[in-house]
Parts: sequence; C-alpha cells; structure tokens
Amino acid sequence: MTTVSSTARPQPSPSSGEAGERAHPSGDNRFKLLDRTISRFQARGDALIEVLHAAQSIFGFLESDLMIYIARALKLPLSRVYGVATFYHFFNLKPKGQHTFVLCMGTACYVKGAEAIQNAVSATCGARFGETTPDGAVSLVSARCIGSCGLAPVAVVDDQVAGKLNVESAVKRLEAWTTEPEKVAT
Amino acid sequence: MTLEELDERGAEERARQEGFKTRVLTCTAAGCTSCGAQKVVEQFRKSVEDRGLTKEVEVVETGCMGLCGEGPLVQILSDETRYSRVDPEAAKRIVDEHLVGGSMVREHRIDPDMPFYARQVRVVLQNCGRIDAEKIEGAIAVGGYTALAKVLTEMKPEEVVEEVRKSGLRGRGGAGYPTGLKWAIVRKAQGEQKFAVCNADEGDPGAFMDRSVLEGDPHRVLEGMAIAGYATGASQGYIYIRAEYPLAIDRLRTAIKQAERLGLLGNRILESSFSFRVDLRIGAGAFVCGEETALMRSILGRRGRPRPRPPYPSEKGLWGMPTLINNVETYANIAPIILRGSAWFASMGTPKSTGTKVFALAGKIRNTGLIEVPMGVPLRQIIDEIGGGTTEGTTFKAAQTGGPSGGCIPAGHLDLPVDYESLQSVGSIMGSGGMIVMDSTSNMVDVAKFFMEFSVDESCGKCVPCRVGTKQIALLLEKLRAKKATIDDLALLEELCVMVKETSLCGLGQSAPNPVLSTLRFFRQEYTDLLKPKLVFEPSDGVA
Repeated sequence: MTTVSSTARPQPSPSSGEAGERAHPSGDNRFKLLDRTISRFQARGDALIEVLHAAQSIFGFLESDLMIYIARALKLPLSRVYGVATFYHFFNLKPKGQHTFVLCMGTACYVKGAEAIQNAVSATCGARFGETTPDGAVSLVSARCIGSCGLAPVAVVDDQVAGKLNVESAVKRLEAWTTEPEKVAT
Repeated sequence: MTLEELDERGAEERARQEGFKTRVLTCTAAGCTSCGAQKVVEQFRKSVEDRGLTKEVEVVETGCMGLCGEGPLVQILSDETRYSRVDPEAAKRIVDEHLVGGSMVREHRIDPDMPFYARQVRVVLQNCGRIDAEKIEGAIAVGGYTALAKVLTEMKPEEVVEEVRKSGLRGRGGAGYPTGLKWAIVRKAQGEQKFAVCNADEGDPGAFMDRSVLEGDPHRVLEGMAIAGYATGASQGYIYIRAEYPLAIDRLRTAIKQAERLGLLGNRILESSFSFRVDLRIGAGAFVCGEETALMRSILGRRGRPRPRPPYPSEKGLWGMPTLINNVETYANIAPIILRGSAWFASMGTPKSTGTKVFALAGKIRNTGLIEVPMGVPLRQIIDEIGGGTTEGTTFKAAQTGGPSGGCIPAGHLDLPVDYESLQSVGSIMGSGGMIVMDSTSNMVDVAKFFMEFSVDESCGKCVPCRVGTKQIALLLEKLRAKKATIDDLALLEELCVMVKETSLCGLGQSAPNPVLSTLRFFRQEYTDLLKPKLVFEPSDGVA
C-alpha cells in the first residue's frame, strides 16, 4: 500500500523524502495501522469517511500530508479528500490541545444556561470555542448534542461526561489545567 | 441455527435467569454512565460477592430505563422495585438491606405509582432497560428474532409488506411517510441488488430516542432491518450512525457479531434461502446527513449534500439501486407488528397516526428522560403527568418539538393531541421525538436565534436560499436582540422566512424557518418588545 506512486497528479510524493524532521510515511509505524483499515475496505473510494475516522483516531488530526497519503491510497483526487475532511465537523485539520473541553450546546443545555457557561469558559481560557489556547493546553469545542439531555447542561471534559454544570463548576474544572491563570485571564 | 434451536436457546436462557432469586439491573446507557453507573455496577458485584450471593443474585447491565435526570437507575427484578440516584454507597445498602434484609432503601426508592411510569405504553422500549444489551441471549429470551423466524417460515414477502401497511405505521424519523407504502415501492422497484438503510443519524439537538433504543435493545433494530430486507428483497443493510454515540456504536458492533455467529444475520438466515448482511457506517458530524439523499452520499464516502428528488431512494438510491431508508424507531416497531398483528398495532393511537411514539423529554421539566406514549395523547398529559410539570417555581410556556425543523407549542394548545397532523396544524412537526420544555424564564427570540444559528452552521451550502437566507435571518434576529431592529426589519424577517421555506432544496432549508415562524405566531409580543421605534421623517415631498 505504501508504493502507490504512479498517479498522474503532480503532487509531491510522500515517499520522495522531504524535510527530515517530518514523520515519513514509510518510517512511521502508525501508517501500518492506517493501511490495515484501508485494506479492510479494499482501498475503495467509498470508504473514505471510514478511513478518515481511522486516520484521525490514529494520528489525532488530519495533516495535509496524511490527506495526500489517503488520496493516493484510495485513488481519489486530493480535492475530494480535503472536501470531505472539511465538510464534516468531526474531522480536525489542526492538532488538538492537551485537554479538551466539549461543551454541549444542544437545545436542552441551551435552555438550561449553556450560553453563560460558554462565555465564562471562554473568558477563563482566553480562547473562543472552536479554538485551542495559544499554549496548546486546552481545546474548546462546542458539540451539537451529545444526547445526555437529562443531565443538562453537559460537557465532556477529557472524555468524561460532566453533567448538571453551572458557571462555577465548569470554570473550576478548567482551573486545574490552566497553570498560569493570571496570564490567560481576560 | 434453526427455528427449534432458537426456541431452545430462549428457553435455556430463561431457565438460567430463573435460577437466580433476583436480578439487579443497572442502567449503563450513556446518561447513567456519565453519572457513575459503572462504579455502581462494580459495587453491586463486590457486595453480592462479599455476601456470598453470587448464585442467587445476578448483576446485569442494561440500556436506558427512562428517568435519565435521576440516574444512575437500578431495578430489582424480583419485586420490580426501582431506585434512583444510586451511588456505590447506596448500592451497598441495597444489597445489605433489600436483598439480604428484605426491606427497601426508602431514600432512593422510586414511587411505583409514579405517573412517569404508569402512564407510558412501551412497545419500542419494551425491552429497553430490562435486558442485557450486550448479550444476544438476553434478547432471545424475551422473544428476539422470533418475528424474523415467523416471517421466514410462514409469510411471503408481499404478506409482510401488507401486514406493515395495514398496521398504519408511519416513518418515525419525523416526516411520517407510510412505512408499508415505502416497502411496497422498494419491493416493486427493479435492480440487481437492493439495500435497506437504517437512519441513526439522530441530529436534532435534544433528541436521544434512537441512541437509547440502540444502546438498550440493538437486536430489535437488526431484526426489523432483516425483516425489511426479506420483504423488499434487499440483501445488504447499512446502519448510518452518528460518531457522537460511541456506546451505541460499540453495542451495535457487538450485536451484529453475535447475530452473525448464531446465523441470525448473514448468509442463509435460520437455514432459509434468505441472506442479509448489516454493516455500520459512522457519520462525521453533519446534521444534513439525516436527510436521506445526503445520507446516501455520505455512505458512499462523499460530502453529505442533498440532491433533488425524484428520483427517490426507493427507485435510485445507493449505487443507483433501490434503497429503503427507515429510521431506528420505525425498524424497532416491525417485530411487534409481525408478532402481535397489524390490528393490535392499529388499535393504539389515532386512526391516522397509529401505534406509539418515543419522546425524549428535556429542558425545564421535572422528570427528564425517555418516554413512550400512544399517539394522540394530549400534550398536557405528557408535560404535567409524565413529566411532572415544570421545574419548581415557574410556569409552562411552550414545548418545542421537531428540533431545528419544528416549532413551539404554547400553553394555550396544551390539550392538543400529539399526532402528526395536529402538530402540523399549529406550525410544528412531530419530528423524531425531541421535546424540550420551556418555562417562563425562557425567551422565545433567543430560542429562535439558537435554532437559526444551528441551521446556518449546518446548511451544506448547496442551494442559495438556505445558505444565504438562513444567515440573513440569523443576522436579523441578532439585530433584533440588540434592539436595533425596526418594524421594517420584522416584516423583512417574515418575508425571508417564507422565501427560504418555499425555495430551499431539501428538508433542512425548507424547515429551517419553522422555529422563527412558530415563535412569531405565538409569541409575537416578545419580538415587538425588542423593536426600536421607527425613525419618522417628515419630508416635504413624499418620497416612498
């Protein structure tokens, strides 16, 4: 799977060895994992979303090189891969912070005051939702609805669901992460 | 596996369960897990072991028990006692005092006559919260796959379609298209291969019915899909499920594997000539993929952009082949219809909306959670009796149904029967079943703006009315909230809403203005209160 080189597109080949510090596809073991998924779907173009899911869970986010690699492996134009990766909210094209704070902004949470939490959390971190703090410590994400409406307002704090939040309890959870609160406070 | 072996398996499992004096069910669906259900299960297992009761008491992890706001929930099967807000300490007490001592733990006990449970009619949720969702034996013990067996041995495909048609079942995804009719069209359509798709892309914020069904009773949905496959001639099924539901995905994967191992899915099901495979397709966070043509494109690995219909998926769907697309809850209704008959199903609900509907009750209401009621019950019964009324000290203002595509039903319409037509008559829709209750503290312009921003974000951008129109509506609402809008802006807002509704390509755009229109209809005062007085010029010559 790593030797797909005969595509007509004049894209820089991943195997042509560019900058030394970049993880090289053939030298990085994680690509083996990805290749396994690709071959499970017989490298079919219609498995693109499944492959992107696998790639994101292996690499954390979808780097340009990674998308080029996937495009070649599935024999799809890069524009298709990029188009799909940017269309769906679930795919990240930038690295995530050390911690993630996913605030649910579904209707039930909204009605129960998620907006106030959103503002307070943003102010505490010094970043808006959809962004990562400049120091790379925290990513703030807003979710559509995580389906735990009985516990509204809800956030997913580093994969742990925290329910029945209020402004104080939400900010408290963040303070443990932000080491220099003076610097990042508004 | 043959039919006899299936019966045998069921009897075996029932005997095994009866071998225990009691079974302790703990809800480990997403809601209860997030308030610590896993620790409660561990504590139960530990306490049962400490007390030497492992032969008498079985600890079981189940799907959703309904009262999600009061979790973690526990049920003791021998006397049907329900406990709420169970923490590890309470779990220990339940074992010590209830199972050993024989007296209930009053502080955590749920009143058995609570209207929340007493008023419900559970068909789709029949097994939800009562069976082990991760073991196929649990489903088989309560009659899982017997409907499929009955269909394969006693019924012709056209008889199955006819039975579903007679039941009056309508699509539970929101639009309410008659399911039997859809099946008949796919059955008649020509194609080398046909597909049956289950739409589990439950995108409406505030809706978690499908998630709960898939987490609590995945085999019911698989069985429904297999029956649909048999009836329509489809041999391949896809479940398109949101990536946001990791537990449901896990349990579905487990369920599919188990069913394949027992020959209840896959090649030559129950040793008949019928074969049906089911694969999962994981969504990636795009609301528009709940629209059927967008969903199909997404299954094919592309951007989820809708296309005009016709051709409908039932004629030209996945890979150009006839494709049946039904919602999770629709499939979950199939097995009971086959087993108990269409007449039984049609006897519930109203003549035009038969059966039951699952709702996810949330917002400013006392009992939040998952409920199932017959179609046509008055909204008041859902809010006041099952829901227990609004949270303390406030009064009911409106119920929002149908998510970003629906509308608000004000207090004046509380006696409205909840069925497809009645909800439409007040400018809302049944939707997939999310019901958000708002009280006197909720501002309706805020709510409208919230939904409009959702639609702006989720518009796929293909057609102009939706892409540009929703944005302009959102900007007008923002202007209104900032008290900078005039009466002219309000007129423009209404005009835009009608335009977007009438000219958008797909259901997303066509229904996006609904929250604004319905709040304008019932809560116009809240909009006009925000208006800035129009500047009055008195020009000498009247230029219009």
